[in-house]
Amino acid sequence: MNNRVISMAGLAVASVEELVFGHAPHPVKCGNGLTIGAGRVVPEINFTLPPVEISPSTWPEIELQYTEMMTAVCERAVDLGAPELLVEFETLPPMTVDPSLGASITSLLASILHTVQDRHGIRSALRLTPNDTRDHRRPPLMRSGDYWENMVRLFSSAAGAGADLLAIESTGGKEIHDEALMNADLEGIVYALGILAPRDMEFLWRHMVQICHDTGIVASGDTACGFANTAMALASQRMIPKVLAALVRVASVPRGLIAFQQGAIGPSKDCAYEGPYFKAIAGVPISMEGRSAACAHLSPLGNIPMATCDCWSNESVQNVRLLSAQAPVVSVDQLVFDCRLLNQASLDGRDGALLLRKWLENSDALLDPQAYILKAEIVLSIAARIVEQPTPYLQTRAALIAAIDALTKGVHSGELVLSAVELHWLNRLESQAMLLTEDEEKFTAQMVEKFKDSPYIASEYGL
Amino acid sequence: MIDNPLYVAVLDGDARGARSAVEQALAAGADPQDLVSSFMIPAMDEVGKRFDEGEYFVPELLISARAMKSGMELLRPLLAETGAKPVGTVVVGTVRGDLHDIGKNLVASMLEGGGFKVIDLGVDVGPDKFTAAITEHHPDIVAMSALLTTTMPGMKATIDELTRAGIRDTVKVMIGGAPVTKRYAMEIGADAFSESASGAVREAKSLLNA
Repeated sequence: MNNRVISMAGLAVASVEELVFGHAPHPVKCGNGLTIGAGRVVPEINFTLPPVEISPSTWPEIELQYTEMMTAVCERAVDLGAPELLVEFETLPPMTVDPSLGASITSLLASILHTVQDRHGIRSALRLTPNDTRDHRRPPLMRSGDYWENMVRLFSSAAGAGADLLAIESTGGKEIHDEALMNADLEGIVYALGILAPRDMEFLWRHMVQICHDTGIVASGDTACGFANTAMALASQRMIPKVLAALVRVASVPRGLIAFQQGAIGPSKDCAYEGPYFKAIAGVPISMEGRSAACAHLSPLGNIPMATCDCWSNESVQNVRLLSAQAPVVSVDQLVFDCRLLNQASLDGRDGALLLRKWLENSDALLDPQAYILKAEIVLSIAARIVEQPTPYLQTRAALIAAIDALTKGVHSGELVLSAVELHWLNRLESQAMLLTEDEEKFTAQMVEKFKDSPYIASEYGL
Repeated sequence: MIDNPLYVAVLDGDARGARSAVEQALAAGADPQDLVSSFMIPAMDEVGKRFDEGEYFVPELLISARAMKSGMELLRPLLAETGAKPVGTVVVGTVRGDLHDIGKNLVASMLEGGGFKVIDLGVDVGPDKFTAAITEHHPDIVAMSALLTTTMPGMKATIDELTRAGIRDTVKVMIGGAPVTKRYAMEIGADAFSESASGAVREAKSLLNA
């Protein structure tokens, strides 16, 4: 891979006031008249099956469940008068391993969505997110083999099945990252996120963008779910420090930018909580999730992700019965009302939106470093340091150092509260970060040697 | 706190110090089993306690486990000579169709730190592999992990397979993972459930009355 200079020269968002929900410098048109990032926040609903084995004998039941979920969700959106709706279908792994299954459900969902569009005029689109199944083989083959070929088959059949956007949660570098994360090994984390992942992102997204271009759908975006959300989940279980999870989030930004360098245009994936950095640097619209995703996972990021979102998502919800309705219906209900509030604030003009943004930010940011690094002013200050650097490794290194600096200043100013144990870890991690060399070639050689016995294949990353 | 260099080295995660302390203790005529039971396991218990109280995170826990492992490398051959046995043997694995292994690896490390012998079958482990491993290694416990709701049924399938193979009564079954609940454990006939890695060690010891 060439260590290319980031194509986004400077920041796409010029001021803190411009980094706000509903507005992105480069809106995206997709599906049936849907525009994202042009002033209105759009609900993005995702749903999944309750515990069930996926097999030929259960397939009719699975199709029935998806039909029921999609129909009920659309009916509720229409009942609430929602003018827009984005639906995400994130396949379950067997549906990517056998791409005909993924395409079949995509087609089923698209058919229902098109009917609702025709009948009720709702502006809508369907996002298909196949799984990155390459790590079904250990160590993974990243660029060849059955798993990769079947992923490509599902990418290629997305448009024909009715999808309007294509996304993925890619996992290149995770083989190293998982272990490094558990050991709070910052150089291992940087090797995964700053060297391996960008190489894989370039390979993967070059293919995805080409397929989307050829088939006429939107190459949307990626997420560091397997990295930063893993860290967030571990931090919430008190397994790793929250400050480490916050640093991993920021360190995952350069990796995610590669998708946009390759031609993806957004919206980024909902679980990419690093999304505000994408909007600030690349100008793409972003999908975010927060309290709305408590049905899928708990997190310390309830309100602040909403402050800069262009789509507001629930991550995923199982099709189980609640007192009021099936859970996917409850989720879309909450999303539509949240979007109404955001869009009403925007109707009050910039001042209204910024006031609501301030409340959304400040209600979370004091209490957790992972929230603090999502404040618009912090995003822009760290993003500015990222874009000064020419390669993903140096960007990752710069992001870490800038984030440590921001967290330290936040504590000193009283805008962020950290426990003594967390402060101790911030100092430990700062010591590690200061040892990261500016010499990328030297760092890479050291890491290749350090991880030579680890369960990954360096040559799969062009090393 | 125990005022002993081996205990302190394991507690502080000092692998080199732990090895050195073992060497010195053995040279002074210490009993290998006594070193394990009086200093190393109590040190790991203290690490687990500090973890439970929020003073330590997993990285500290893993560093201590590595320090213990470093000392055990010297002690294991001597323990084998004297016929000393681990607290118990546990077969661990993530169930069929599920590739998530952070939690499973953590449980394995914690169990090793707690004095168990661990046989790690990896990820995407089907009922047949669990059954074969139990037949081969005769563990006291089989521990299954799942992160996805769609792979949880693999736990029941494995228990059913153990029953079919006539070996269910020879082994305790423990399960865990984000979507797994105590109620689910009861429903599928598992013997124990834990929602955390440190809890898994406690459950394992409880199952064996250790």
